[in-house]
Amino acid sequence: MPMPRMRYTDTKQKTDFKALGKIFRFCKPYTFAIIVSLILAILATVTTIIGPNKIRELTNLITDGLATDIDLQAVSYIGIILISIYAIGAVLNYIQQYILAIVSQNTAKKLRTNIDEKINKLPLSYFDKSTTGDILSRVTNDVDLIAQTLGASIANLISAIVLFVGVIIMMFITNWVLALVTILSSLFGFAFLGILLKRSQKHFINRQIYLGKMNGHIEEIYSNYILVRSFNAHKNEKRKFNEINKNLLNTEWKSQFLSGLMRPIMHFIGNLSYTLIFIVGVAIILSGSEAVTIGTLIAFIIYAKLFTEPLQTFAQSLTQLQQTSAASTRVFEILAMPELSDESHKTTRLTSIKGDVEFRNVRFGYSKDKPVIKNLSFKAKAGQKIAIVGPTGAGKTTIVNLLMRFYEVDSGEILIDGISTKDISRYHLHELFDMILQDTWIFNGTLRENLVYNKTGVTDEELEKICSVVGLNHFVDTLSNRFDTYFSDTSTISAGQRQQLTIARAMLKNSPLLILDEATSNVDTRTEKQIQSAMDTLTQGRTSFVIAHRLSTIKNADLILVIKDGDIIEQGKHHELYVKNGFYTQLYNSQFAE
Amino acid sequence: MIKIIKQFRFIDWMLVIFILSLIVTEVWIDLKIPDYTMLLTQSVASGQATNNDILTNGGWMLLYSLFSLICTIFCVLLCTRLASTISFRLREQVYDKVSQFSNCEMRKFSIASLVTRSTNDITQIQMFFAIGFQILIKAPIMAIWGICKISSTSIEWTLSTLICVFLIVVFITILVLICLPKFKKMQILIDNVNNATRENVSGIRVVHAFNAENYQQEKFEKVNTDLFKTQLFTIKGISLLMPVITLLMNGLTLAIYWIGAILINNAPVLERAMILGNMTAFTQYALLIIMSFILLVVVFIMLPRAMVAYKRVQEVLSCKVSIVEGSAPSPERVGTVEFRNVGLKSDSGNVEILSNISFTIKKGEHVAIIGATGSGKTSLIDLIPRFTEATSGAVLVDNMNVKDYKLDDLQTRVAVITQKAILFKGSIKDNIAYGEEEQSIDKERLKQAIDIAEAEFIYDLPDKLETESAQGGTNFSGGQKQRISIARAIYKNADIIIFDDSFSALDYKTDLTLRQNIRQHLPDKTIIIIAQRIGTIKNADKIIVLDNGKIVGMGSHNELLKTCPIYNQIALSQLSKEEL
Repeated sequence: MPMPRMRYTDTKQKTDFKALGKIFRFCKPYTFAIIVSLILAILATVTTIIGPNKIRELTNLITDGLATDIDLQAVSYIGIILISIYAIGAVLNYIQQYILAIVSQNTAKKLRTNIDEKINKLPLSYFDKSTTGDILSRVTNDVDLIAQTLGASIANLISAIVLFVGVIIMMFITNWVLALVTILSSLFGFAFLGILLKRSQKHFINRQIYLGKMNGHIEEIYSNYILVRSFNAHKNEKRKFNEINKNLLNTEWKSQFLSGLMRPIMHFIGNLSYTLIFIVGVAIILSGSEAVTIGTLIAFIIYAKLFTEPLQTFAQSLTQLQQTSAASTRVFEILAMPELSDESHKTTRLTSIKGDVEFRNVRFGYSKDKPVIKNLSFKAKAGQKIAIVGPTGAGKTTIVNLLMRFYEVDSGEILIDGISTKDISRYHLHELFDMILQDTWIFNGTLRENLVYNKTGVTDEELEKICSVVGLNHFVDTLSNRFDTYFSDTSTISAGQRQQLTIARAMLKNSPLLILDEATSNVDTRTEKQIQSAMDTLTQGRTSFVIAHRLSTIKNADLILVIKDGDIIEQGKHHELYVKNGFYTQLYNSQFAE
Repeated sequence: MIKIIKQFRFIDWMLVIFILSLIVTEVWIDLKIPDYTMLLTQSVASGQATNNDILTNGGWMLLYSLFSLICTIFCVLLCTRLASTISFRLREQVYDKVSQFSNCEMRKFSIASLVTRSTNDITQIQMFFAIGFQILIKAPIMAIWGICKISSTSIEWTLSTLICVFLIVVFITILVLICLPKFKKMQILIDNVNNATRENVSGIRVVHAFNAENYQQEKFEKVNTDLFKTQLFTIKGISLLMPVITLLMNGLTLAIYWIGAILINNAPVLERAMILGNMTAFTQYALLIIMSFILLVVVFIMLPRAMVAYKRVQEVLSCKVSIVEGSAPSPERVGTVEFRNVGLKSDSGNVEILSNISFTIKKGEHVAIIGATGSGKTSLIDLIPRFTEATSGAVLVDNMNVKDYKLDDLQTRVAVITQKAILFKGSIKDNIAYGEEEQSIDKERLKQAIDIAEAEFIYDLPDKLETESAQGGTNFSGGQKQRISIARAIYKNADIIIFDDSFSALDYKTDLTLRQNIRQHLPDKTIIIIAQRIGTIKNADKIIVLDNGKIVGMGSHNELLKTCPIYNQIALSQLSKEEL
């Protein structure tokens, strides 16, 4: 049996259920199934409500026969009816939950798929602004919460309402005095419980806060244990730890104590109404009224129990729905983000590409008021190697972002063979470029999958050939399963090998234009030398853009663009720039200066 | 689990005994209350009830339930206290233990896992003691006592109760056996979905560049479907739980009444009211017993999780620390380092990371270490402050083996600036004067450290030295972080300062001025520099060239150019012949 767990997350989320509507709109294809299951839930609840009434009849049969004989035939009759009612109730309940399970899980799956598809449609600026952790928690935690609510909470809430109303009606039909007694004693208990809940809420929040602080502190100290030790900072850090630990102890037991009181108090409320029902009930019997029998009393005891159930459900559903609303806000927020523009109408294709690339008065900023690139113009002739150098933050990587249309230029244009990249679809543009970045991206999968990536029909011979070109062949030979060796985050593969792998991946793609963004800065210079020949093969005959901070690697470039604060301040070949004795010379010499 | 109990102090035992007696009282009362419902029913049924009877019996019943409530409140109070104290102590023990860990143990557990063990796992244990512990004691007592109490009333009723208990326990057990493995699998499947998403997000540029959107989506859809299927299966299973249990419990009530009707019919008229009273009491006993069994099953589902968590915590606590501090008297502070035939093997013991390393560094010398990635540079310098333990040979600081030092003493002599600059959460001032009490911070030394580290940008920040750094220093650029961490090492005022590739995040100009500052202002410090750039190390007094864990060359730049082919290759890969 799942333990009832209360969640206390973000309390800043004020009661706001607006976002829940979005979930229902999303579930539209399942409207019929949802309605059917809700009807089933209502019917199942009705069986719960009429149960006690039958028990009353049964008890009355017994008490009526106390002095004479009990009508056993009538008893069997009621017994059979009751067992059928119970069985029908159970079956209805299960079918209802079964349907909702299918609905909620399908919805969850579809939500996850939609978010994942969305990820590939979002402009890159979205990812520069949000953390991976945030996106992940939307895909799993938030969607999960929505599924839970769909699968259980809503049906529970509906049944609770039906049960609540039904029980009240049944009680008043049976006996209004006892009905009042039951309701009042339960409500009294609940008022008390409400106060308790409110008080414990504070401690729960504090507990979450201190748990968070504890996590943060421990994470920081453990990951930097070398520094803590090296600076003899144990004592200081231990003092911080002790303080958090003590606060955690305090809030932990208080919150758990208060929430641990719920069950015993509920139990007491049960006993309280029990006694009161008897006291009042017997008083009525003694007053000579025929309205109340032992059967009535027993029925009311069951009613009292049934009456408190929906009250509990209401309290729980309220928090759950609140959280679900917050979760669905987050999920539908990402789904509603503006996407990259639709380009199905752009049919321009560059079939036999020469490789002339031109930047014409390009202006761009990540935010409109702060231009990173102010007025950039240059021409790269087909087959040339263009080097882009400059201090950090000068806008070198931005040029790559614009070339690949990861970001769109604010004004000006970029032309490939005289055609503006705006007129080509992104899909086709990406076909034209090979791109190798500083951050080597290797995913969990076999070496083959990592090399081939989404290309199809690559033979082993081709793989062998490419690997020997980039110098990976020896590495492949050391692997027990060669190309089918599985790589994961923890696999030991050096920075150099990772880089060689991404170069091989790009070579397999074999596009006419090439971008190398700091492709070798993670690699030591001797390894770089080895990769360099692979790079040279790759740049041969392709227009290539090379960004590097080790200037020795780009000395042979056909054109070096020196970028500072978003503008080209110098351009030319290495020896031309070097003799100018300008910024480039300074940059170059600082490598060796002493 | 037994180990936790062994660690109980006297006061804890007192608590446990107190909890135990409270629980026994509780059970006694809980089983007493139905007696009054029996009396109440009997007096009503016999038709001889007076208002007085009802009020006294009802009064007693209320009084008892109030007493039961008070007992439970105390019991909950003590249990939560006990549980929180246990987790409080465990957290401290784990924290203290991890503080003694060195590289070897950190690698063995991984930091992420240690964090989970110190927080989530301990919370699991705590939850068990706060909730499960109580039930584990109460449920069996209640079940046995309850069964004893009812077995004397009617064999038919008892039998139907036992059948119901049996059915419920068997049903839950089967359900759990079917669903639990799937639940365990679920965590892996959720991780898979997370990984697929993370992969897509982290490689978003590559994904676009390769037009691999569909490829990634197909991958995602596969793990998504796996998760969907497993979740649906478990939910379908778990959904059976409540309807079946409700059905069985309702069925039992009905059975008791039905059997009761027959029993009453067969009994003499005089005893009939009594049987009726027994019947109402019996339904309550039966429900109490069934609830105990259900709770027991729940606890047995919780228990393995808590046990696994405890095992993971215990692994940390019982881990043998590989680096134990020495106790020799502290030698005079000079600033010399010597390696005598030092060897280092990997944790598994079959790969040699360093072999046969011997060299000496004199006070005030500048020594550079160069070599390819993976040649053992960082492993070598980690031996000096004893972050790692040498497998063979000896490392001496100020002419004493590092193994003989008290750790704190050794650390004051050596400062290390790691490759990846790290900032702690807190102000810049606290970051530079790290480990020092607020009141004992030396303002003059702080200013000097900032000047030498070329970190004057701090003064341009809105709150200057009081500017807060986020955890991990995410609000500073790589170069800024590196300069702050260099200032931190300089402030420490150690005799030996080690720069582990700390300059590569800096541009060439800052790199140069920083090194000039050190020469000028800290002439008597011993400096060890690991670097990639030839320019950074060209002027060192001594350069050590490492290749595959061995020293393949040692000497000045000009000497090495002539004698060491590997050094020559490195140099040529960065500079042309003329530039050398």
